[in-house]
Amino acid sequence: MLIKPNPSSGTPIYVQLMEQIKHAIETGALQPGEQLPGIRKLAEDLVINPNTAAKVYRELEHEGVIELRQGAGAFVAERKGAVARADILRARPLVRSLLARLLQLGLGEDEIRRLFEAELTSTREESRTNSTRR
Amino acid sequence: MAEPVIETRDLKKTYKDVAAVNGIDLSVERGSIHGFLGRNGSGKTTTIKMLLGLTHPTSGEARVFGLTPNDRDEGVEARRRIGFVGEEKGTYDFISVGRMIRFTSSFFPRWDREMEERLLAKFDLPLKQSVRTLSKGMRAKLALLLALPRRADLLILDEPTEGLDPEITEDVLQILVGLAASGETTIFFSSHRLNEVEQIADQVAIIDRGRIAVLGALDDLKDSYRRVTAVFDWEVPSQLSSLAGGMPVKSDGRVLSVLTNGGTDEIVNRAYSFNAVSVDVAPVTLKEIFIECKRTDAE
Repeated sequence: MLIKPNPSSGTPIYVQLMEQIKHAIETGALQPGEQLPGIRKLAEDLVINPNTAAKVYRELEHEGVIELRQGAGAFVAERKGAVARADILRARPLVRSLLARLLQLGLGEDEIRRLFEAELTSTREESRTNSTRR
Repeated sequence: MAEPVIETRDLKKTYKDVAAVNGIDLSVERGSIHGFLGRNGSGKTTTIKMLLGLTHPTSGEARVFGLTPNDRDEGVEARRRIGFVGEEKGTYDFISVGRMIRFTSSFFPRWDREMEERLLAKFDLPLKQSVRTLSKGMRAKLALLLALPRRADLLILDEPTEGLDPEITEDVLQILVGLAASGETTIFFSSHRLNEVEQIADQVAIIDRGRIAVLGALDDLKDSYRRVTAVFDWEVPSQLSSLAGGMPVKSDGRVLSVLTNGGTDEIVNRAYSFNAVSVDVAPVTLKEIFIECKRTDAE
């Protein structure tokens, strides 16, 4: 189900995998209650460090995206923290109107994409720093 | 916390008056995969030889499982628990591949026959051929086949994938990952291939001219290193060329590029205070860190 991360990217492997799993949940490819592969299997299938695989699950549990059940493994959480399809549908018009305004301002597609990426990166970094401080 | 599997303190090795290893402090936790990087002649192999007790340190100390490798008795005890694949891949030349495997496995009561068979199938080694006539790539495969199924507590691998094609390399990495996942095997490996280190290592040490240049958890390095690129209307202000506290700065006409370890905000603010038109912050790869670290040191 998961695809091999790109180790040579500047984005750490655990972050790439967290995003993959969240995306799979958002699109419905992974359903609430569904079991995720064990740490060893995840590490072997994707050929990544087992500690990295464990970190993926730890961080996802911290964010409420999955549940770790003692001895049983990792499961997709029941909706808590995960974005449902309805939320995505609701977000669409917001994005559309913002996009229209940005285009009106004369920004090009690449510039808009870069701005979004930059904002996402900095928000992600802020939340990560906050969670490590906690 | 449990005792580290490998620990060195101010480890030095001097040949005549050349310092091959010049004060290395390392700590390798149990169950981790530790990537050991450095260009040729940086002191990697000398360090590894000291960990194996094949070379005596000039000063400082190395401990493996809390034992001193260059002590006669403790060294034997430590090596019994280590699987080693070295650059020379020296094996007995005169016997056949099959006999070499049987001979080696007979020394190890925990020998993993299943893994041996899995590797044999993948490696496609000619069992009847004599070791002497094997190609370089075949020798590399044989060396791995003789080391990995031992169920060693520690694998020390010096360029283990040298001479292997990408597909076989991936198989070998997968086996290493599986061994580490058992929690019982610790892996310390050197490699020139940064992408494979990035793929399976959780800890990284970059050594340059006998000293540690970069050390830490790979994720932490990727989190704390950033490349900041600032564009100015005119020439890059000269005051900015020394802004990064010793970090490498490249400036090319109107563009300033800085690799920073943890100083991103300060650099961004400085660049804006000198009226940068745009400032971009981007994550960096291990390759960039590797190349830049060597360069700073060389200047």
